Amino acid sequence: MRIFRSAKIIIVFIIGIFLVQSLHACMPSSQAAGKTRLTIATVNNGDMIIMQGLSSQFEEANPDIELRWVVLEENVLRQRTTTDVASQGGQFDVLTIGSYETPIWARRDWLRPLNLPASYDVNDLLKPVREGLSSDGQLYAVPFYAESSMLYYRKDLFANAGITVPEQPTYSQVKEWASKIHNPQNGVYGICLRGKPGWGENMAFLTTLVNTFGGQWFDMNWNPTLNTPAWEAAIGYYVDLMQNYGPPGASSNGFNENLALFSTGKCGMWVDATVAAGLISNPKESNVYDKVGFARAPIENYPNGSNWLWAWALAIPKTSKSPEAAERFIAWATSKEYIQLVANQNGWVAVPPGTRTSTYENPNYQKAAPFASIVLRSIQSADITQPAAQPTPYKGVQYVDIPEFQAIGASVGQTIAAALTGNTSVEQALQQSQTSTERFMRHTGYIR
Amino acid sequence: MARKNSRQWLWAVLGWLVAILLFFPIFWMFLTSFKTEVAAVATPPQLFFRPTLENYVAIQDRANYFNYALNSIAVSLGSTFLALLLAIPAAYAMAFFPTKRTKGTLMWMLSTKMLPSVGVLVPVYILCREAGLLDSRIGLIIIYTLINLPIVVWMIYSFFKEVPKEILEADRMDGASTQQELRHVLLPLALPGIASTALLSIILAWNEAFWSLNLTTFDAAPLTAFIASFSSPQGLFWAKLSAASTLAIAPILIFGWLSQRQLVRGLTFGAVK
Repeated sequence: MRIFRSAKIIIVFIIGIFLVQSLHACMPSSQAAGKTRLTIATVNNGDMIIMQGLSSQFEEANPDIELRWVVLEENVLRQRTTTDVASQGGQFDVLTIGSYETPIWARRDWLRPLNLPASYDVNDLLKPVREGLSSDGQLYAVPFYAESSMLYYRKDLFANAGITVPEQPTYSQVKEWASKIHNPQNGVYGICLRGKPGWGENMAFLTTLVNTFGGQWFDMNWNPTLNTPAWEAAIGYYVDLMQNYGPPGASSNGFNENLALFSTGKCGMWVDATVAAGLISNPKESNVYDKVGFARAPIENYPNGSNWLWAWALAIPKTSKSPEAAERFIAWATSKEYIQLVANQNGWVAVPPGTRTSTYENPNYQKAAPFASIVLRSIQSADITQPAAQPTPYKGVQYVDIPEFQAIGASVGQTIAAALTGNTSVEQALQQSQTSTERFMRHTGYIR
Repeated sequence: MARKNSRQWLWAVLGWLVAILLFFPIFWMFLTSFKTEVAAVATPPQLFFRPTLENYVAIQDRANYFNYALNSIAVSLGSTFLALLLAIPAAYAMAFFPTKRTKGTLMWMLSTKMLPSVGVLVPVYILCREAGLLDSRIGLIIIYTLINLPIVVWMIYSFFKEVPKEILEADRMDGASTQQELRHVLLPLALPGIASTALLSIILAWNEAFWSLNLTTFDAAPLTAFIASFSSPQGLFWAKLSAASTLAIAPILIFGWLSQRQLVRGLTFGAVK
């Protein structure tokens, strides 16, 4: 019976906890105590963590507002916020969304248009970034940080091989250099590129590659063009390059995996987001921080769309219960004053990149971030309205601004990853991608 | 004799191998939580390194672990209690007063587990929104109860089936009511089984991630949301994620370790006659 007695105690304990929690759930929140609660959904990255750390200063300056942070991984965040906004859940007051979602959500009337005060200086935001976050000329989100893509290389390996890198290299040169510095016996691979399937992973890089080889996702009638010579040349180049000079298991490498490889000295070159520049130049996170060279993202036949444009931005959903307080917060978090605050607290190299002209004009930033001028030129040259050699019916350099692109990009990304691992040929992968995309576009009514 | 000994040795070695294989990921996660971010992704992986507590400090700076832990405890205990409250009478009826539809009902209950959660995300989300249960512990308790109910009913049903009917008939002859029969005869007899079912339900609720990530934001977010907040699309994060995971699984690991005898006893209840 001893066991029965202890079970009784456990049951009473469970009931107790249950009741206490139930009562706690029914208790009034601090909103009733006069404070406006702002729930902010955001991604976990360095810039956001700094913002979270400094946000107490915003609360001190705005004692009527209490900030509550919901930090999630990018894909989880996207699913979570989409579910909430689409079903009018009203759980968030400030959303962290990307350049891809902003115009789509704005067209669906899910976001509040922003009317920021003159002191905010909207025109100081970099024009391509500002335009990417607007719909019909109206701003719907403000950038917290923005990025393009660029080439990173190991200066020591290149010097040993007698290679000089111009500011604007070509993909043909990249292949030649990869063959010279590839030394797997010593644990150095010629080049690291994204291989992990996903519309925001391998397809982000591959779309820029296809653009510069002269291809595009759709013609002006929304017919997919994945079996054209430009796609075959671009994907053929990529698969050949990675199979000969890439690291083993490249089909499972995304941004983070390549960052780890480059930081530990395993890659001779890497083409990826400009935001990596600060990470691989940081002695705390990189073994090669003093050996990194920077150049523009390579081009091949056409300059259009050879480097991408992405921004993580703060927006206010229509369902926000406190839109005025939310606007006050996002104006603070993306202001010039905030950038100065980060510089004072964490140094100029830690300020959110890619957002404001004034940041790039600041001599302190130029000194702290030797890659600043390349990042600025890369962002300024990325044109979401003309991402390819030929006119396109869509906007977006490394994505297509339609809701269906997430599914299409994920599917095509998987077939190309299969070509990278050698499970299928490039021709087969592209034909399969063309067929599935055509079917998808027909089902969704874009083509008949 | 020598043959018997060598067979015992073989089983022992096999048992240890399986145990090591199962425990290795947890051990590696624990080890990684004391590495720097660069050391965590080093190739070849480092077994010996200078340990640091910086990840645990960074985690405590960024998130209030105890709020998340309290939510996990409340939600897993609450949902287990509610599931047992519903499952015990249901299993009693099905085990001792079966009808021709009992087997079908049991199979149907189990079949609900085969539905992918994401398939009902939007309807459940809207229902919770209408009932005011988004980001509330009560909402999560109800969802977890419904998720675990089929397994809890099945397990208790199978434990009840092991109790000889003659014992119940005897107490009925002595004039016991249904309530008395349940409370004084059946529950004490099936207690090891019920305890192990409760433990399993607690573990399942503790580990559930899909609904906790989708239905909570701040007030009711449990430890699964705490872990998810340390996964990063940009930048190295393995060491911090390992530290967060170690903190998240620590309570349930200790709980499982303390109650393992009960758990094994319950799970093997009636297995050997």
